[in-house]
Amino acid sequence: MSENNCGCSKNPYLPEVATVLDVITESPTIKSFRVRFDNEEAWQNFSHEPGQVGQLSVFGVGESTFVINTPPSSKAENGYIQFSVMRAGEVTTAIHKLRPGDKVGVRAPLGNFFPYEQWKGKSVFFVGGGIGMAPIRTIMLHLMEHAGDYGQLSLLYGSKSPEDMAYKADLPGWLDSKVLKTTLTIDREAPNWPHRVGLIPNVLKELNPSPDDCIAVLCGPPIMIKFTLAAFRELGFKDENIVTTLERRMKCGIGICGRCNLGSKYVCLDGPVFTQAQLNDLPPEM
Amino acid sequence: MSSLLFATPKELTGWLAKLAAGHRVLAPRQEGPAVVFRPQTAEQLAAADAEALLKRSTSSPKQAMLPQSETLVQFTSVKDAEDPSKLTTTLTVPEAAEPTVLFGCRPCDARGFVVLDRPYLEGPLKDPYYGARREATVIVTQACPKAFSTCFCNWVGSNPADSEGSDILFTVVDGGYALEAVTEKGAALLEGAGFAPADDKRQAVEEAHTAAAQGLAPSPDLAGAPAKIARRFTDEAFWTKETVKCLSCGACTYLCPTCQCFTITDEGSQLNGRRLRSWDSCMTPLFTLETSGHNSRAAKSARMRNRVSHKFSFYPERYSGYFSCVGCGRCVVSCPVSLDIRHMVTAAIEGIEAEAKPAATEAAPQPEAEAGKDKNAKGKPKKR
Repeated sequence: MSENNCGCSKNPYLPEVATVLDVITESPTIKSFRVRFDNEEAWQNFSHEPGQVGQLSVFGVGESTFVINTPPSSKAENGYIQFSVMRAGEVTTAIHKLRPGDKVGVRAPLGNFFPYEQWKGKSVFFVGGGIGMAPIRTIMLHLMEHAGDYGQLSLLYGSKSPEDMAYKADLPGWLDSKVLKTTLTIDREAPNWPHRVGLIPNVLKELNPSPDDCIAVLCGPPIMIKFTLAAFRELGFKDENIVTTLERRMKCGIGICGRCNLGSKYVCLDGPVFTQAQLNDLPPEM
Repeated sequence: MSSLLFATPKELTGWLAKLAAGHRVLAPRQEGPAVVFRPQTAEQLAAADAEALLKRSTSSPKQAMLPQSETLVQFTSVKDAEDPSKLTTTLTVPEAAEPTVLFGCRPCDARGFVVLDRPYLEGPLKDPYYGARREATVIVTQACPKAFSTCFCNWVGSNPADSEGSDILFTVVDGGYALEAVTEKGAALLEGAGFAPADDKRQAVEEAHTAAAQGLAPSPDLAGAPAKIARRFTDEAFWTKETVKCLSCGACTYLCPTCQCFTITDEGSQLNGRRLRSWDSCMTPLFTLETSGHNSRAAKSARMRNRVSHKFSFYPERYSGYFSCVGCGRCVVSCPVSLDIRHMVTAAIEGIEAEAKPAATEAAPQPEAEAGKDKNAKGKPKKR
């Protein structure tokens, strides 16, 4: 009886009850959760765009915002959508305890998405740092499915250590991909690590991607964003071609509860995806 | 313009008592040092001294549409008898809103709902809980008999007899009250009230409105304020200085008729629990504190900057130039350290030019300035 009798066609606060189908341990602190709505009609009607987020909840504990971590094709092909969750607080700890068969609440999709239609014909350089790889994965997989529409696709993915690197099951495929040039890096030397060692901004400068007809898409912790943004600018990327997806504390997800605003924009509703040029016009309150 | 009706104090309370049969009637009531809107029974209303129902409330009537805390969804789960690890989870939402009469708002309070309507009802996703109560509620507003020293509705395009947001507006006249329907909803509520036609009171009503408006201190020029305040954003010394006394108690936000912020929390367990929506305050550091420890508004100056900017810059930029402050002055009256938003706004815009550049912020103030002028022209009775 998960309908609403509030006299409105859709109640944006009412989650869909979903079942956890699978749990993947990505790193000591990150797990991915594959879920499917219980209500078949709601599941059939569900669709999302890469970059959109959802409120994932454990009933009795609370909701938190996570990016939908699978590309739009996943719903039909795999029969699930995925959220990658780093264990940090109360809700994420409860989510980490979930096992296949458990019930969760999902309010999705929320927010805007990567403007990938505008990128057609251009190269795209993805940079993901730590859990910031979660949204990058969605848009990157989507573009890889439509690689013919784009120029060179590249990925620079960095984490603190090899253990902290998520999506280990995906990495061999990404490294061997014909449509994606993948560079992996860790912050400090580690035994048997065959890839790069060094902080993302430094490795980026070594890779020296051309800014011509290229879109930079980055996501990661604030300090990484700060220096990676500087590196992209140094390489000649224009702010309108640098795209990021923001994270802020959110509750309603629909632009009402008031906490995720940057000036007059709500990250949950008008974002989370912004170009650096758009961010330049908003108050500097990160 | 519909016609005026006249009610004596006894007739007014009798009418409210009658309405209580089919409505939740919320009206001001003295509780200790505070006047608050409370549901009142037919007996209470019939026995009430009309004067007591006309007091200006300490807290805003916002709770009529947005209770301080409300259930968004209730969840229950049952275990499968064969396999107890399997749960079936059922969600239920509360019953629809009950018909309500909100009696004794002031014009600023009623306009507060118009301000809340924009984020709650005019975004891409509407808030069904707020919307249902809004639809089920008839707002009966008293034109202010006099302005208090903390009143500044004239700063934000209004006046003490503004009918915007009200369904019925009434004015205190000799021997009773002159009531006038503003909307069809209001007219329907007045039907069958049995009040006498009172078009002869029109002049007395207009005179009362004029007198109240004249009691307000003149408004500064706020045209261009949204752009100017936006330009003040990076002046951290200014916001630190203005906020030095602030205790971050949040009284301003809890009493404000237009503060829209809330939090969502869970109570109970998956087997039997509920998800609640409760008022929240942007003045507390927890409001934006992230689990990582990162806080975009850790300093109280950053929080006050956001609050003042939201009312006078961000909201106008988002919603066609309208300020989200209605000038009720409650935050001024109840601030324990006497902070005054009027001072902060005038100080913030002082010495700042409204440049022609940033298109978005510049376009915003125009409609408000015009809307304000129109409203004043319409609402302010001609001086005689």
